[in-house]
Amino acid sequence: MGELWIIITASIVALNAAILGCFLLLRKMAMVGDAISHAVLPGIVVAYYLSGDKTSGLLLLGATLTGVLASFAIDFLSRKAKIQGDASIGITYTFLFAVGMIMISTMMNGNTDIDMECVLYGDISLINLDKIVVDGNLYLGPRAFYIEVIALVIIGFSIGFGFKGFKVLSFNEDYAKALGINTNRWHYALMTLVSLTTVFSFEVVGAVLVVGFLIIPPATAQLFSTKLKQMLFWASVFGILAVIIGYYLAVWMNVSITGAMVTVAGIDFFLVLIIQRLVDRKKRSTTFAAPEFITPTPKNSVE
Amino acid sequence: MQTFLDFISFKDPNVMYVILGMICINSSSALIGTFAFLRKRSLIGDAIAHSLLPGICLGFIAAGDKRMIFLFLGAFLTGWFSTFLVDYIVNRSKIKQDAAIGIVLSSFFALGIVLLTYIQNAGYTNQGGLNGFLFGQAAAINRDEIYLFALILLIILVAILVFYRSFILISFNAEFAQSIGLPVRWIEFLMTSLTVLATASGIQALGVVLMSALIVTPAAAARFWTHKLSRMLVIGVVFSVFSGIVGAYISYTHAATPTGPWVVAVLSVITLLSFTVSTKSGILANFLRARKNKIKILQETILKTIFHYHERRGLAQNLDSVLTPTDLLSVRVYDTYQLQKGIKRLIRLGFLVAKEKGFTLTENGKIEGRRIVRLHRLWEHYLLKRTTIDALHVHSGAEAIEHILSPEIEKELERELGIVGIPTKDF
Repeated sequence: MGELWIIITASIVALNAAILGCFLLLRKMAMVGDAISHAVLPGIVVAYYLSGDKTSGLLLLGATLTGVLASFAIDFLSRKAKIQGDASIGITYTFLFAVGMIMISTMMNGNTDIDMECVLYGDISLINLDKIVVDGNLYLGPRAFYIEVIALVIIGFSIGFGFKGFKVLSFNEDYAKALGINTNRWHYALMTLVSLTTVFSFEVVGAVLVVGFLIIPPATAQLFSTKLKQMLFWASVFGILAVIIGYYLAVWMNVSITGAMVTVAGIDFFLVLIIQRLVDRKKRSTTFAAPEFITPTPKNSVE
Repeated sequence: MQTFLDFISFKDPNVMYVILGMICINSSSALIGTFAFLRKRSLIGDAIAHSLLPGICLGFIAAGDKRMIFLFLGAFLTGWFSTFLVDYIVNRSKIKQDAAIGIVLSSFFALGIVLLTYIQNAGYTNQGGLNGFLFGQAAAINRDEIYLFALILLIILVAILVFYRSFILISFNAEFAQSIGLPVRWIEFLMTSLTVLATASGIQALGVVLMSALIVTPAAAARFWTHKLSRMLVIGVVFSVFSGIVGAYISYTHAATPTGPWVVAVLSVITLLSFTVSTKSGILANFLRARKNKIKILQETILKTIFHYHERRGLAQNLDSVLTPTDLLSVRVYDTYQLQKGIKRLIRLGFLVAKEKGFTLTENGKIEGRRIVRLHRLWEHYLLKRTTIDALHVHSGAEAIEHILSPEIEKELERELGIVGIPTKDF
């Protein structure tokens, strides 16, 4: 039963990340997602420090703000300080991550709830220790599962209601501006959701590996998708597939579960890329093979 | 204080290794990072750093122990392979570069975690300390590694000295470099390999997650202090080495904390300071400059408006009326608060003189007001004569440029147009 809960919880993480990842990728902001996921670390540490509790909802929302702040800092560095975009991402997230790690090593002395390895890859195998039990014996599943469900509901509602806004923002920001849409508002809404996903799934997959869930499945779907809904669907499929295969691989090899999941996602990506290139090549060779009658014969060829 | 003395007197031989190591590592990465920064490939360093982890683990599995040379070799191979994969994805699919970096970075890192846990659970002896590569443990640097790091620094220095001109050309304009027949692909390959070398050398001290900061941040900080590449390289190295040593010191006094975060935090603070207080392009300097300009424009506009007020009443010759802010508002639209502020400043500077019922121009004020109007109109005439801009549109151009025309240009305009005094026609 514990096994099933792990897979279900991780699948919801993958689903959340896949949905948001699609929009991030289309906005060419994959690395901003990476930056946010690292940058929420100080927020999380402060939240844990103040509450002494991993699950205090309000403080998790506070940590979410850190991620939004990070995306704001990146914008600020590239617009006001005129540091080029990629460098401002690199500077912002390494700084915030470093601050977070310093906080862990100085403020969290002896606190085993949050250590550095957990930051990197979470401890999904331990989620079953923190159960929700009603009436002393009715077992309702691990707490992490419910946190993920809450995140899924928030993301589902936001994307569902704002689908058109997110869509036009992702494909053509200038057009959205011309229509009079406040693109800034949608941009920061997206950043907030990304930050929320990272914070909420921190306990399960850690701050670094969540990037794998955010970027890889959507990128795999992007390789062959031509419609946004198609991309969203396949990204979710690849995400959940990676979770299931990765889990059993990890159990079989006795290695880190989250690590195995993201590794499988990466392998999926390269497999799809190679298959697609093979298919493309075949298609090209059948479609574009010049038929006999239009093959130009060199004028002064000697036959 | 005692710990500080202990630290700088190398009482603990390890401290010397750490400092020497930091000097080599931080110099190498700052030097090669500057070129990566200029080529707008800073985040590649991120991908490389994360990709070193599986290489280290593979090196460990291959060698069966923690001999640095095996770990380093493995790290170099996977790090290099990661840049190859990023380029492959970008060239062969519709995935953009940043997403490609994200994909490679996270899958390699995940693979590294898998291998790391595999090693931990497979019962290898003496595998403890491999964890140190995640966050960095500068204290673990030993004598042999110093030689290795120094060698890497030497290789990078020699390569930069030998290929300096090609590196510059490719960093700023790769197409041009290609067109004059430089082997751009080979030189880029060389730069990538050097970046991997530098990154791999720092992995032990900084850890995989933060190593990329040593590539990106020094160059970004140095960029605020100079526009010359050679100086940028030196400044970057100085910043980076300084924060390396300070970071190592803090980590030395707080034994429980890893080195990497402290080094990166110090480096980031230097960068923050750079971009706020830098005299060249810092935001503080920019802000002050913008404010100064704004005040100057406001003052000059007020003086000009006073002239216009008189001119409309046919008093352009003496300019002696006593005015109130309301009079000025009848000529031109102002934000009243700004207007009052400007008038106060002008009185303080001696261009205006306060009277019981308002203010009037001083001699200096008259000269200044005439000068501005004259520049404005000279420019309008110039535009009409030399360009095809319609008379309706010359005003806006002149409105902006009147504040920055130098006396030399004024003379040129005079000569060009043959106008003496203030032209009477305003557009």
